[in-house]
Amino acid sequence: MFKLPRSLTAAAYDADRPLQLRCSCGQDHAPQDHDTIANSVEALSNDRIEATIVKALFPQDAVRRNFLKAVGANTVRAAIASVLPLGALQAMAQEKGPLEKTNVKIGFIPITCATPLIMAHPMGFYEAEGLKAEVIKTANWALIRDKMIHGEHDVSHFLSPQPIAMSLGLGSAQAPMRVATIQNTNGQAITLANKHKDNRDPKNWKGMKFAVPFEHSMHNFLLRYYVAEHGLNPDTDIQIRVVPPPEMVANLRAGNIDGYLGPDPFNQRAVFEEVGFIHLLTKELWDGHPCCAFGASEKFIQEAPNTFAALYRAVLKSSTMARDSANRDAIAKAIAPANYLNQPEIVIKQVLTGRFADGLGNIQNVPARADFDPIPWQSMAVWILTQMKRWGYLKEDVNYQQLAQQIFLITDAKKHMQALGMPVPDGVTRKFTIMGKEFDPSQPKAYLNSFAIRKAS
Amino acid sequence: MKKASLRVQAWAISLTLLICLIAAWSGLTANSGSAGAAANLTPEQIEYMQMLGKSPEGAGSSKAGFPSPSEFGAAVFQHLSQPFYDNGPNDKGIGIQLGWSLLRVAAGFLLACLVAIPLGFVIGMSPLLYKALDPFIQVLKPISPLAWMPLALYTIKDSSVSGIFVIFICSVWPMLVNTAFGVAGVKRDWINVANTLEVSPLRKALQVILPAAAPTIFTGMRISMGIAWLVIVAAEMLVGGTGIGYFLWNEWNNLSLTNVLFAILTIGVVGMLLDQTFASLQKKVTYVE
Repeated sequence: MFKLPRSLTAAAYDADRPLQLRCSCGQDHAPQDHDTIANSVEALSNDRIEATIVKALFPQDAVRRNFLKAVGANTVRAAIASVLPLGALQAMAQEKGPLEKTNVKIGFIPITCATPLIMAHPMGFYEAEGLKAEVIKTANWALIRDKMIHGEHDVSHFLSPQPIAMSLGLGSAQAPMRVATIQNTNGQAITLANKHKDNRDPKNWKGMKFAVPFEHSMHNFLLRYYVAEHGLNPDTDIQIRVVPPPEMVANLRAGNIDGYLGPDPFNQRAVFEEVGFIHLLTKELWDGHPCCAFGASEKFIQEAPNTFAALYRAVLKSSTMARDSANRDAIAKAIAPANYLNQPEIVIKQVLTGRFADGLGNIQNVPARADFDPIPWQSMAVWILTQMKRWGYLKEDVNYQQLAQQIFLITDAKKHMQALGMPVPDGVTRKFTIMGKEFDPSQPKAYLNSFAIRKAS
Repeated sequence: MKKASLRVQAWAISLTLLICLIAAWSGLTANSGSAGAAANLTPEQIEYMQMLGKSPEGAGSSKAGFPSPSEFGAAVFQHLSQPFYDNGPNDKGIGIQLGWSLLRVAAGFLLACLVAIPLGFVIGMSPLLYKALDPFIQVLKPISPLAWMPLALYTIKDSSVSGIFVIFICSVWPMLVNTAFGVAGVKRDWINVANTLEVSPLRKALQVILPAAAPTIFTGMRISMGIAWLVIVAAEMLVGGTGIGYFLWNEWNNLSLTNVLFAILTIGVVGMLLDQTFASLQKKVTYVE
């Protein structure tokens, strides 16, 4: 929990006294601070933020006092903290406060999705924020999840549905995780084994075996969506297995799987190894779809708000740099070595520049093949939740909007972006078009019911 | 004289086998020579080939196929020439990786010794306990190390400690069973003599039973060490971070068979050295009746 109570905060939760933000002396400080105004400005501003929130929630002091008496100060405080990111707000208000923690551990899976997180290391963005960051290559997504639950990593590269699944306790113990930014948009592909060169129509894919990196992944949801749009039921007509990304090419070569919807560089690597070809880029399914995310546990955000803010800035700067196509060659060079992706530079370069060999003998030019738009639109979370529900991962009914708002910290992201002088779009949701079908985030139930193929429930 | 010539013969056969193996290997990996004419390729075709990591002149490719013996030799030399480099948390020299693996094996193995030998002693001396605990041991013994991993990660909440736990849990059984077996098999006469002389129980355990059971106990330790070394590779591939298993996984990730082969060879050689250490220890405690 965040460090409190202090004078004004204590007053805000004091049922026995009136809450006055302004001292009777006329100065802009609380009356009980009149003598000890020499307190640090920072502590005061923390108090003031919280007191202001309490004041706003209970404009009438009598109501506030009765309410506090009835349920207790701690309950109220916990309730407020659960709705409003107090720690983050306080951190924001302090501009660059002292870092609670300078040695941070950042987990990642060696794929190009993690480009902003990884490149911030060799390019010195973490260092510039005063952080001594260690970026740690992790073997698979289950381990990313477990290491975040145990607190072995401070912040992490996630699949964007993962923090939602973890916060809901799906497939693991419940652990509240937050998405600070989206790491990358687009940048995935469906790769098929070379023997399927003449088998490009999904209608004929019955009985084929596909791999995805994790159950709660955009890869799984997009592959299911794609085959379902072509009339196949992904649960009964094809087989979908979980294979860690680095092992996908080896499995494709061995004939264990017919194809995969996987992250790059492993689509391009299959072409490089001449074992597969790129059937389609996920950009063709949903242009601008989220893939991976950068996130932290709620606990870390509250315990180390300034460190979290510093990480936020570093990753956002990194995203900005990664979005500029002029930098892509240099980035490919920076992240290809053994310490990061451990891949041939030429493969990474094709992924990032979008000028690539497709494995069918053609060179394609798709500059938007991979992008790194960091904005965590809440409507993305709503879409993910509808798909979790659609395929039976999520059994009970949930409040889509509320969860999206809680987990995807778009307000924080926009504040940091504004502070860094980045262009900030309006709103917290957006409509998307996926394979020609519009998704309206305000009507998740109607959207869910519009699909003929879904898990029978 | 005869013994010496036998050894020379064995060496000669081993060497011949090695040479045959390398010859077959280099024969199989020799470049089948696809001398393509570069002259009639369009610039786009040339770029396409470069994107696949081939040189357009058709003179072999730069990518990772199965390496020839000479390529492998070069990789081995490169790894061994700088075993302790450290390029950050995900890229360290082979010496550092081996050091981490050995450290984990040692920790898990020592823990297993601390549990298995005293417990084995007690079980071996009491036929009742032997029978009572036998079903548990028989069920727990054949469980694969990787099967323990999810459980360990969930309960211990620390990946490197989980790795050590998995080594512990897999290497504890052979040692336990062997110790119990050795202790139970000590000649009745010797124990009877000790009893007749009214030796204190502690002295009886340390000076009569322990030396008598030592060869069997060391056999158990040797088997356990072999298992611990098998387990560490699997555990590190799963948990990652550091160690020879992580190195192997990272190079699989890069589909670099040369480095994977190098890791396999290293694992084999280190495993052999560990086994020989225990073999010589075993020899020291063996007695002739």
